[in-house]
Amino acid sequence: MSIPFITDLPDAHGRFGPYGGQFVPETLMPALAELTEAYHIAQNDPDFWNEFHRLMRDFVGRPTPITHARRLSEHLGGAQIYLKREDLAHSGAHKINNALGQALLVQRMGKQRIVAETGAGQHGVATATAAALLGIQCVVYMGTVDMARQRPNVFRMQLLGAEVRGVDSGSKTLKDAINEAIRDWVTHVADTHYLLGSALGPHPYPAMVRDFQRVIGVEARQQMLERVGRLPDTIVACVGGGSNAIGIFHPFLADEDVRLLGVEAGGRGIASGEHAARFADPKIARIGVLHGTKSYVMQDADGQIALTHSISAGLDYASVGPEHAYLRDIGRTAYTYCTDEQALAGFKALCAYEGILPALESAHAVGHVLELAPTLPKEHILLLNLSGRGDKDLDTVMGAI
Amino acid sequence: MPYLPVGYPDLATSIDLIQALAATGADLIEVGVPFSDPLADGPTIQAAAQQALANGVTSSACLAAVRTLRGRGVQTPLLLMGYVNPILAYGVERYVADAADAGADGFIVPDLPPDEAAEMAAACAEYGLALIFLVAPTSPDKRLRLAAEHSKSFLYLVSVAGVTGERRELPPHLADFIARVRAHTDLPLAVGFGISTPEQAAAVAALCDGVVVGSALVRLAGETRPAAKVSALSSLLSAAVHDTTMINH
Repeated sequence: MSIPFITDLPDAHGRFGPYGGQFVPETLMPALAELTEAYHIAQNDPDFWNEFHRLMRDFVGRPTPITHARRLSEHLGGAQIYLKREDLAHSGAHKINNALGQALLVQRMGKQRIVAETGAGQHGVATATAAALLGIQCVVYMGTVDMARQRPNVFRMQLLGAEVRGVDSGSKTLKDAINEAIRDWVTHVADTHYLLGSALGPHPYPAMVRDFQRVIGVEARQQMLERVGRLPDTIVACVGGGSNAIGIFHPFLADEDVRLLGVEAGGRGIASGEHAARFADPKIARIGVLHGTKSYVMQDADGQIALTHSISAGLDYASVGPEHAYLRDIGRTAYTYCTDEQALAGFKALCAYEGILPALESAHAVGHVLELAPTLPKEHILLLNLSGRGDKDLDTVMGAI
Repeated sequence: MPYLPVGYPDLATSIDLIQALAATGADLIEVGVPFSDPLADGPTIQAAAQQALANGVTSSACLAAVRTLRGRGVQTPLLLMGYVNPILAYGVERYVADAADAGADGFIVPDLPPDEAAEMAAACAEYGLALIFLVAPTSPDKRLRLAAEHSKSFLYLVSVAGVTGERRELPPHLADFIARVRAHTDLPLAVGFGISTPEQAAAVAALCDGVVVGSALVRLAGETRPAAKVSALSSLLSAAVHDTTMINH
């Protein structure tokens, strides 16, 4: 299967309109140039994509199915809800698509070591999985607060041969894990690749991660045409950094009748200030630079990065991928948010009506659909990207219910 | 060329310490502006920045500190060293204008490579301030030329691939790196990252035009009787660097 590229963004400087770019210490600029070049060559090499898709099929289990959520659709009494089942991808989430894509690139570049950050542990597990499969040394940075709330994933990464290094600086969560992974990369840049897990960071990461995640949307588009004979009316996906969302949105960008809707983490509500809804709160979130890219960033009046809150560690991040900011500006995508409470309602509903435990991240998309679907006619087709499975979140959910 | 952040261990002490650096013969002082996520910095400066932020220090407070130092008669060139997001939040042009008004001489912004610096560079040109770019051992010749072309007043060489912080040994290929940069520019060359003792400073000063010491001073700033300790190290560093300079020239 070839992957068609239907937009030309980012530009040669890695910009999506005013967003994106490469705001990193000089030490890393040559590494980014090397990565951009290596990716450019791979991107145009059918052998690279053949190997990628072979692994997607034989190791990840792709294509992941589309499930018609019949009972939930009937219960809500509106739109027909279809689920793109990334929760069934090996290692439990869409993260494996990008981890394997970048790991294949690391092999081509001849680097021996990868570092990665993780919040909920899903990207860390995916990276450790890819590293174990391909025999690459792997170090995962994880905030000590996140390590405490995601013990099983820490153990899983260790079983997969990765070294998990706790990060005790700053807020001891995802943002600080990224800082530490970048510091490691700066120090070992000659033999180390930074395997960034979302459509974030300096160019070429937002474009490269998107291209590896496009497999979701490419499959979904074809599957919907085969199953229901037409494209969906609305696609809904949760947005932390935004890799699962951009992965399913991107192959539909040219289909102007398909509404693309991202759901951010509303935490304890926008008014509380304790959330990660970068597009919903102009008081806290303004255009800025975090971790090498220009986008919407939650920050105080002085430009210090704000602490975020979400019940889901994977959405608990102060910035959002630059392509989302651009697509929102031009009106091609729209964003809303879902609070912790609504996400828990989504979690429970999908368990009860469909027999599926969603990741708390994905449960934000479900939570919004609980409100959206009843407002839509029965012939409306709503495709929800179920980005990961929820086993990892049972402790959190038990604590919250 | 010493570095100390504004606001560590507290605002008043930090201004006194920077004044002490000037009094002990610093050629230029890097005035650190704290940021919550300083990804080019090692543990010492990270911790100092966190403390400074906990003390309520903002970009405005840093500009006011520069003004205070000038008011106390400090003549030494002062460069503001901080990350790009607080500058964007303040407003690039307003930040440069207010810095000029306060008496600063320029900026070092570690996460603003020349490729992204057009707006900041234009504002600096307008207000007559220097924007200093960094080069690293990993920089190929093309990027050395780019940085040299855009840097004003001097070029900042990052001695080693890594973050700021004290290191026992100087990097092995430092002389080669400095020579490689020298072949591309006539700008004065300052070397920083990992230099902490007078002996290291003297050895590096023999190879270039300026030596930056940060973490070692920041560590002392956090100890008891910081003024005496910072002044003592700063005096030794000045002597070490200037003696070597005299021998060389």
